[in-house]
Amino acid sequence: MRVITNTDACVGCGLCAFTVPEVFDQEQEHGTVVLLDPEPPHELHQDVWEAARSCPGEAISVKDF
Amino acid sequence: MTPQDVPSYPTERTCPFSPPEELATYREHEPIRRMRYPDGHIGWLVTSHSLVRQLLSDPRFSARSEFKRAPVARPGVEPFFGVPALPGWVLDLDPPEHTRIRQQLTGKFTARRMRELRPRLDRIVADLLDGMERHGGPVDLVENFTMPLSSLTICELLGVPYSEREEFQRDSKVLFGLNSTADDASAAMDRLYELLRGVAKSGGQQDGLLRTLAEDGTLDAEEITGIGAMMLSGGHGSTSSAMALGTFALLAHPDQLAKFTADPDLVDNALEELLRYVTIFHFGVPRSPLEDLEFGGQFLKAGESITVALPSANRDPEWFKEAPDQLDIERNTSGHLAFGHGIHQCTGQNLVRMEMRAALPALFQRFPRLSLAIPAAEVRIYTDTSPVFGVYELPVTW
Ligand code: HEM
Ligand code: SF4
Repeated sequence: MRVITNTDACVGCGLCAFTVPEVFDQEQEHGTVVLLDPEPPHELHQDVWEAARSCPGEAISVKDF
Repeated sequence: MTPQDVPSYPTERTCPFSPPEELATYREHEPIRRMRYPDGHIGWLVTSHSLVRQLLSDPRFSARSEFKRAPVARPGVEPFFGVPALPGWVLDLDPPEHTRIRQQLTGKFTARRMRELRPRLDRIVADLLDGMERHGGPVDLVENFTMPLSSLTICELLGVPYSEREEFQRDSKVLFGLNSTADDASAAMDRLYELLRGVAKSGGQQDGLLRTLAEDGTLDAEEITGIGAMMLSGGHGSTSSAMALGTFALLAHPDQLAKFTADPDLVDNALEELLRYVTIFHFGVPRSPLEDLEFGGQFLKAGESITVALPSANRDPEWFKEAPDQLDIERNTSGHLAFGHGIHQCTGQNLVRMEMRAALPALFQRFPRLSLAIPAAEVRIYTDTSPVFGVYELPVTW
């Protein structure tokens, strides 16, 4: 799995960082998404898919390979 | 169709947990259709998950308060239209003003900061549960648990000092009291504005949101006060309602409650499911097109009012494939719209999640035999009284 985040589209809601803190964080000033792990381990794939599906900015995309 | 035949926004429910049936019919046949507003305006109603999502992320639609009008005729409340945004109320602004203020807020509501609040929330929850235990059942869960928890949490967040919390709670109660007169509510709002002004200036707790925003120096004093007032009006009753209705929904579905209490790993997903299932903002959210445009196969004119129906989007079988009208705490809840979508999506959501995580499991741990003190059918819900869906009271015993 490869994760890509678009910081321009991010609305800073913190949903991703709240639900999958192993993969997403937020910078401190405006709460914009910070991608910690673009190739997360297998056990997190489901959570990452769900974060992408839930992101209100549609700022997270995921490619499976 | 003459204007008289255009339906208004439906609010009547046959079951407290089921959104009005008309919404499901519209979603199936005309996911965008005309709707009549209490002031006679013929606008639009959008009900499907896909159109709701699409609309809320489309910058051609505005959230400016000048375009907003009351979607539902509320008893004793004049229909409003075209009221300018109050300073700091991001909810009523478009970019770039919206972005300027929202960025200051999202930096303060990061997942990390919300997690740090947990010990304080646990303490508030434990104190309230002690109080309920001392009192003995039956008690009203709203009055004794969900309302004070939500109010004290907002105090913690904004930095309202302990000495002023009683006053804050008293005035919030009048402001949100369903029996308060318009004059009393407006006087309470004035007093709260005054209190928040003081909190933002210097009276607030060191790490409180309002004081921190003031020290940052990016926003002016009236904007900061307005942010406090907006969070109180949008976040107080809604969070209390989410916890009260969430508890009610679990009590009304014993199989789900049994799973909820048996498996702590299910809690986080269960809370999302409860938020989806009860969708607190039951009048939806308002938007208007900034220009004449085509959307969902219809032609919309600039400035027309649109009601974006979150409750029906959250029950859309196209998105929630399996039995969307059932409460299922194990379902995949991702993409639920209880907190909206797009640039205005709720900045308070992770605070709500922390609060619910602190509150609901602890409630059922403390009172494993918790049950309704009256028949479920007698729990009174409000349908057209407030844009926040809820119960007047939830009498429980144990
Ligand atoms: C269960 C409780 C809550 C629910 C269901 C909820 C729901 C929502 C929804 C649907 C919106 C989007 C409105 C729109 O698009 O027009 C919103 C916006 C907002 N909410 Fe919440 N909310 C809750 C609690 C809170 C709390 C506790 C706070 C703060 C302490 C808060 C602060 C905000 C703010 C500041 C906005 C406006 C964001 C913007 O315009 O950029 N909310 N909320
Ligand atoms: S969920 Fe999306 S919008 Fe929210 S912080 Fe993460 S990337 Fe940004």
